[in-house]
Amino acid sequence: MIPEEFEYKRAATLDEAISLMQSSGGEGKFLAGGHSLIPLMKLRLSEPGVLIDISRIPQINGITDQNGKVQVGAATTHAEVVSSDLIRRVCPVVAECAAEIGDPQVRNRGTMGGSLAHSDPSADYPAVMVALDAEIHLKGPGGWRAVKAGDFFQGMFTVDMAEDEIIAGIQLPPAQHAAYVKLHQRASHYAIVGIAAVLEMDGRTCTSARIGITGASTHAQRLTNVEAALAGKELTQANIDAAAAIADAGLEDVNSDIHASEAYRRAMVKVFTRRAIERAASR
Amino acid sequence: MANKVPITLKVNGAERSAEVQPRTLLVHFLREDLGLTGTHIGCDTTQCGACTILVDGKSAKSCTLFAVQADGADITTIEGVASDGDLHPVQEGFWEEHGLQCGYCTPGMIMSAIHLLNENKSPSEQEIREGISGNFCRCTGYQHIVNAIKYAANKG
Amino acid sequence: MAIITPKMIGERVKRREDPRLIQGRATYVDDIKIAGMLHLAFRRSDIAHGIIKSIDVSAAQAMPGVELVITGAELKEFLPPMPIGTPFPSPDHYSVAVDRVRYQGEPVAVVVAADRYLARDAADAIEIEYEPLPAVIDPERAMTGEPAIVHEAFANNLAVPYVPGGTGFDPVAGTVDNTAVDKAFAEADFVLSQRMLNQRLAPTAMEPRGVVAHYEPGKEHLTIWSSTQNPHILKTFVAALTGTPDNQVRAIAPEVGGGFGCKINIYGEDYVAAALSKKLGKPLKWIEDRSEAFQATIHGRDILAYVDIAGKNDGRVTGLKIKLIADIGAYNMILTAAIPTLTMLMLNGTYDIPAIRAELTEVFTNKMPTDAYRGAGRPEGAYFVERAMDMVARHLNMDPAEVKRKNFIKADQFPFATQMGAVYDSGDYEKTLDLALKNAKWEELKAERDRMRADGRIVGIGLSFYVEVCGLGPSASLPTGGWEYSSVTVERSGKITATTGASPHGQGNETTFSQMLSDQFGIPMGDITILHGDTGVVKQGIGTFGSRSQAVGGTALLKAGEKVKDKMARFAAALLNPNEETDTSNMVFAEGRISFKDAPGQSVGFSDVAAYAYVPVPLPAGMEPGLSDQAFFEPANNTYPYGAHIAMLEIDRETGEPRLLKMLAVDDAGTIINPLIVEGQLHGGLAQGIGQAMIEEVVYDEDGQLITGSFMDYAIPRATDFPWFELDKTVTPTPVNPLGAKGVGEAGTLGSTPCIVNAAVDALSPFGVKHIDMMLRPEKLWRIINEGATG
Repeated sequence: MIPEEFEYKRAATLDEAISLMQSSGGEGKFLAGGHSLIPLMKLRLSEPGVLIDISRIPQINGITDQNGKVQVGAATTHAEVVSSDLIRRVCPVVAECAAEIGDPQVRNRGTMGGSLAHSDPSADYPAVMVALDAEIHLKGPGGWRAVKAGDFFQGMFTVDMAEDEIIAGIQLPPAQHAAYVKLHQRASHYAIVGIAAVLEMDGRTCTSARIGITGASTHAQRLTNVEAALAGKELTQANIDAAAAIADAGLEDVNSDIHASEAYRRAMVKVFTRRAIERAASR
Repeated sequence: MANKVPITLKVNGAERSAEVQPRTLLVHFLREDLGLTGTHIGCDTTQCGACTILVDGKSAKSCTLFAVQADGADITTIEGVASDGDLHPVQEGFWEEHGLQCGYCTPGMIMSAIHLLNENKSPSEQEIREGISGNFCRCTGYQHIVNAIKYAANKG
Repeated sequence: MAIITPKMIGERVKRREDPRLIQGRATYVDDIKIAGMLHLAFRRSDIAHGIIKSIDVSAAQAMPGVELVITGAELKEFLPPMPIGTPFPSPDHYSVAVDRVRYQGEPVAVVVAADRYLARDAADAIEIEYEPLPAVIDPERAMTGEPAIVHEAFANNLAVPYVPGGTGFDPVAGTVDNTAVDKAFAEADFVLSQRMLNQRLAPTAMEPRGVVAHYEPGKEHLTIWSSTQNPHILKTFVAALTGTPDNQVRAIAPEVGGGFGCKINIYGEDYVAAALSKKLGKPLKWIEDRSEAFQATIHGRDILAYVDIAGKNDGRVTGLKIKLIADIGAYNMILTAAIPTLTMLMLNGTYDIPAIRAELTEVFTNKMPTDAYRGAGRPEGAYFVERAMDMVARHLNMDPAEVKRKNFIKADQFPFATQMGAVYDSGDYEKTLDLALKNAKWEELKAERDRMRADGRIVGIGLSFYVEVCGLGPSASLPTGGWEYSSVTVERSGKITATTGASPHGQGNETTFSQMLSDQFGIPMGDITILHGDTGVVKQGIGTFGSRSQAVGGTALLKAGEKVKDKMARFAAALLNPNEETDTSNMVFAEGRISFKDAPGQSVGFSDVAAYAYVPVPLPAGMEPGLSDQAFFEPANNTYPYGAHIAMLEIDRETGEPRLLKMLAVDDAGTIINPLIVEGQLHGGLAQGIGQAMIEEVVYDEDGQLITGSFMDYAIPRATDFPWFELDKTVTPTPVNPLGAKGVGEAGTLGSTPCIVNAAVDALSPFGVKHIDMMLRPEKLWRIINEGATG
């Protein structure tokens, strides 16, 4: 499996990356870890004319504390997320999710920004980002822009990003009562269904909830009906069950393949929503 | 044809410079240009792990990296694991515990095991199984591989 | 015959193969480079069935670095259809499709270019126009001729219309007498019926296929390196098809990264590489991508069975009827049509069933051809029989162990002639079953299952007992010949060089064969070299498949060794007793010395005798110089190893995900040369059997598109998929060969698969389930639990 020919450019700064993209005549793609893009290129399902390597831009590397929130550079690998003390302290669900991605080698190379920009329908991170209400920081020719994760994922492999925009970082708000659980597809280990639950708790009462889902449909999204059902409720088993029972009700374009039919996926959305809420509430 | 790009990297301790096509996969560069054929190719989709090497000390699948991305990197392949004729403890474990049959997945498996033991000196059986979950072996059923890594952990 | 004292045989010796493999120093086929070597790429059909309307190679031909682009129609002019190794009628099967494609991935055109990147680019630039035809996917529908005919000459897509077997079948007359079978069913207390599918699998050796062909003009000699299990067969077939005398062809299996049956075949790519190397006079290489492997390396299994089992209420099984339908895909490969006949052969299982009727039909479809995959027909047979026996136990509410015990062939019945025409060599099935039950703490295990169920968990235990046919031979049963070859040379230094026609790819024969010679000659293993896999070095051979290396190849080695040893004894006697005629039949070879048994104090050094044999002054009367000989061993019969497997399995009530909690096996492979290697073989077999039961399945859609075309959709087991395997053994040597070894390579795949399905059925029996087809897809199990589906 061999990719088509392309030109390779390496950017030292965000501005350089953007200008390289602008001069690529629509042929360009950004390359960070390459673990979403290179497999597609090898299968010749993606044939960019120019690859712009952004992985060494200092601004998009590193994990830092920003007034209680965590700023993650887009080129941060999944393994760095898993082992980050800061993330484990402030929003451990992100580390929990990163540990579920791929396998050790993939986690050593794949990046958060790459995963989000690619928006694979069964990628793990997007569910957590949506549930956390994370903020995605984009830089383009016109300057900086921040997009809420809930608005960022728009469709299958489609995100709110212009071609010459680049994800520089992701800002993660703190979340303690949060969990990510997934049903593994046995071959790829991608998510057949992945659910992230982020709860605000006052004692045993859920003051507000955000539920993110991946794998079930074209792109990651929130389960607002579940969120509404949980808000203001005491997290009794009955209340959790009732909220989870309607988890698939608003879902459209549910995926169906040899691993899971639509009916099964819908059922699993309910099961994993309940498990995610239970686990989040127990934290 | 796209322009070739100069790269310089360290492979098994020695500095290497070359001009490569941008689309040259790192695994092909290692195998074809440097003659380091111990790193194998077993799939197209970043799953089987036969091509696993260490890039700056971390395990990586060299079929999913372009050689140009490794410019400046410090790379270790299976050929660079033994030192002065002494087998690495993981290699020794694979030999002692019969951790291989056809041997095709073995170099990648050993590189993943080395990475695992670098991160976790005394892994449990479950941690070993998870540590090599990015490497497929069709011969052994993995049990003797688990023993091999335990052997190395006990030695190291 | 001189005396052998076992010393290395039976020891856990670590492998001699390993130092090169663990250091990345082994040479697999893709590691071979020859000056001036060009690379092949194949353009393959992206549709399952259609007529090739046009092929435009002009763009590809014009690309830089491209040496040649050639189509099937052009190749046909100098490359005849591929031969097969079975006696069944077969349609022409060209290496590259000529006018019609019959499965997705079938080669349509070939590119030769300077490197593999350019070859791929050019292959992609070939433009092909097809007239699509309906894809034949469902074998039962195919048997009615719908929705299309795959090969014009085979009406209703029947590759093999009807093969009967079993009680009352006369193979000479071809007649079938149903009296006994009908009577058994008429007098039965019960008859249970079930349709079962043994699903299609991808063998998935970790090293994909590959070939380097080097024709040297002037010398008119072809050398072909291929990732093969049987270089001698490859040599014979490639010589014939390329019109090269077979004494001008040398085939080499370098290091081979797993086979599992799929590298028995000689494929179109091998023939094309050889033929084009000859045409161009240049060395050529082709290395298969994994995506190509899924599409165009043989698949395994895919046999459907309609099973009726009849019995008495005391647990006695009195009759069995099995109708087999094999979906063999688009063509016959070397052994394709013969594999399902091995399924038939094993339908007696380990039971003394008095009346069996089997019928086999083989069907062409628009899929990759099937052929030998680990176990090759026998796992399918064991699966059907063991599932049926489990159904009997469940129907009668009896312990499955008791049903087996009641029906077992007893130890004093061996050799046992089965209803299917096999003669089982030796066995004591109850002993093996008893050990398995003891190791599993069977009664406690059942109680534990019941406790877990009481907690609301869905848990089952499964038991299976298998017998398989191994040590494949004799020649009547194999079109290539059923013997194996070996040569042994004691060098001038006293070291030994041996060759074997067995061609290992992970089996460790360099180690086990050294162990055997070490005991035979009384010299250290380190003084012995085993050569294999090169027809230029190993004069003759068959190859490694059907768990035959040790039983057949190992015996050939011993026989060759014996000839050399006898001669060496005479040289030794001449040195010890120069002036007398002496009886050399009881000389002892031990500790690097040779002596008379009754005069151990008087000995001569092994290496001194070797040196003398090559400079024999004086030459003993009637002797030739030198210490080198060869042997062919033709076994009188196959061997029939067996074993018991026990599994415990839990199913997640909410998701249907199955998890294997326990896997235990007791196998009887006869004499064991190296327990470490045997355990490895068993582990690997278990892994593949468990893979089949739980996570592996080749899936084509209704248009013949391969859905499971990569590891993204075709799962093979990872380390995290298994519990710790608990192994034990009984040892019942076979009388078929002097070693007593039966073979072990495929055993694990026979027992584990029905065992796990039996456990799954047990787990889901509270939901009314009587049978579940493999693989145990979570959704399927979830539907049983949550929607009342019945499997």
